[in-house]
Amino acid sequence: MIKLLEARGVGKRFGGLTALSDVSLTINKGEVYGLIGPNGAGKTTFFNVLTGAYIPDDGEFVFNGTELPTGKPHLVVQQGIARTFQNIRLFGQLTALENVMAGHHIRTKAGLWGILMQSKHAIEEERLTTERAFELLKYVGIERFAHTICKSLSYGDQRRLEIARALASEPQLLALDEPAAGMNATETGQLKVLIEQIRHDGITVLLIEHDVKLVMGLCDRVAVLDFGKKIAEDVPAVVQKNEAVISAYLGGPKHAH
Amino acid sequence: MNELIEAVPYLGKRNPRLTKWLIIILALVAPLIAAYFGRSWMRILDFALLYMMLALGLNLVVGFAGLLDLGYIAFYAVGAYTWAFLASPHFGVHMPFWIVLPLGAAFAALAGIILGFPVLRLRGDYLAIVTLGFGEIVRIFMNNLNHPVNITNGPQGINALDSLNLFGWNLSQSLTIGDFKIHYLYLYYYFFLLCVIGSIVFIKRLQISRVGRAWAAMRDDELAAKAIGINVRNMKLLAFSLGATFGGVAGGLFGSFQGFVSPESFSLMESIAVLTMVVFGGMGNIAGAIVGALALTALPEILRNIALPVQEALFGTVILDPEVLRMLLLSLAMILMMLLRPAGLVPAHARYSRPELLKGGA
Repeated sequence: MIKLLEARGVGKRFGGLTALSDVSLTINKGEVYGLIGPNGAGKTTFFNVLTGAYIPDDGEFVFNGTELPTGKPHLVVQQGIARTFQNIRLFGQLTALENVMAGHHIRTKAGLWGILMQSKHAIEEERLTTERAFELLKYVGIERFAHTICKSLSYGDQRRLEIARALASEPQLLALDEPAAGMNATETGQLKVLIEQIRHDGITVLLIEHDVKLVMGLCDRVAVLDFGKKIAEDVPAVVQKNEAVISAYLGGPKHAH
Repeated sequence: MNELIEAVPYLGKRNPRLTKWLIIILALVAPLIAAYFGRSWMRILDFALLYMMLALGLNLVVGFAGLLDLGYIAFYAVGAYTWAFLASPHFGVHMPFWIVLPLGAAFAALAGIILGFPVLRLRGDYLAIVTLGFGEIVRIFMNNLNHPVNITNGPQGINALDSLNLFGWNLSQSLTIGDFKIHYLYLYYYFFLLCVIGSIVFIKRLQISRVGRAWAAMRDDELAAKAIGINVRNMKLLAFSLGATFGGVAGGLFGSFQGFVSPESFSLMESIAVLTMVVFGGMGNIAGAIVGALALTALPEILRNIALPVQEALFGTVILDPEVLRMLLLSLAMILMMLLRPAGLVPAHARYSRPELLKGGA
């Protein structure tokens, strides 16, 4: 198996609060990797440190053999990591299509001069961006809303749109922060199909999720965070039986704090 | 253009083609109509075009990139003073317009970047306060740089600026073709009109491009914009400097048209006036900036011409000074707008893509 992302002893503190301490994990190419844990375990912080929104206090990330820049989100995207947000963050005044087109920004190059003079290259690039964005809308199944302002989309469709926007940056690793939050069973089922399709198309998925059924059914491997520490990492079936994990979720003698 | 057509009430949606031609014809014959009412109206029209350029440039910063700028007039000042330094007897330099205008634009863009750097991390009201301060700093510099070395001639300002000279054709002299005499105000009008059209074309191209979408993304959600790979820092600097460029060009044109610049033309009230135009017309769309600029340049003048005779006819004397009325009615207009059309006279239908580029269509 080929390593895609390796976290080496990542730590992050907010004042006196240790949000992450010495988290090391390895994500292989082509797998769906789950990151679970109780509320406040540091999952989203891990995402934020990984994608450059926060600067880690310790440790580093190695992606495709090179160290990831810290605190520079756009360079992380450039390297091939895209993310979605726990609370949907779309560009409210743009249509669905434009949201996805904006997501393609990092893979386009037209300069100011080309845009102002409408150079051949700029026009062609704009056409390709439009088409590619529409393809992605089809891919996640919401192309009929292409020209709808994204705010008026339904909740589930907004989630899908956010995934399409993240995919537009042509990532190798797609990091999804609780994509099933607030979805009903049908929508979650459709989401599972979509994530499986994404993996099938060669994109590695890092998934934070509370829906245990979804995680167990989808992930190849799962890491469990509790109070900023990794307490388990294995295939779902084994993690499910891990006593530390059970006590972290349910509370127990081994989890006395 | 389509936005402008849609902005025309009633007719715009029913008959876009007719509306389009009406707008074009109106733009072309407007000075003739204005001339019928007197020279001063032609000057007002010329100024309206300058304000349109300013509103378009500010709309790029405030409406597209979402950066509230209360010191925008500083860039207008930079452009105007560049013209004053390089094309007036003040330093005895008389450079042609094709050097001075681009230089003015470049200096303004530079000023935009200088303003942009310190405010990169600021948002909303904090940003507004710093930009306001910047505008004032520029004005105060212009006011005081006459001592110990006289650069700006202080509050007296610089006069006798060169007029626009298009390769030997002086725009401030009336053109005579046979018996037919074209007043110089017409010449300026059509030249300014060309500049405004050029600005619209450029801004429209920017809007529907990766840059326009990046600005819109940054405006709607900065964190998400970063997360999809937009270099927010560069995009903000670009917005500030490009917006400033339009201000700089307008400033240069203002200098040449007015023939005189002084710091008092660039007060905070002017910044606010331009911002009001953008907000009044409708933030984030080109038609809004144009309609807003036109309305807020013309209305006070119309008022001035109506308020005096009406009061005299009704009461025999002038009770309320038109200047007082102006502010009163302007604020009334703003309140009414907030109540009735909170998104501006021309609510934004701004688009950042061209759906027709899709082959299969959607």
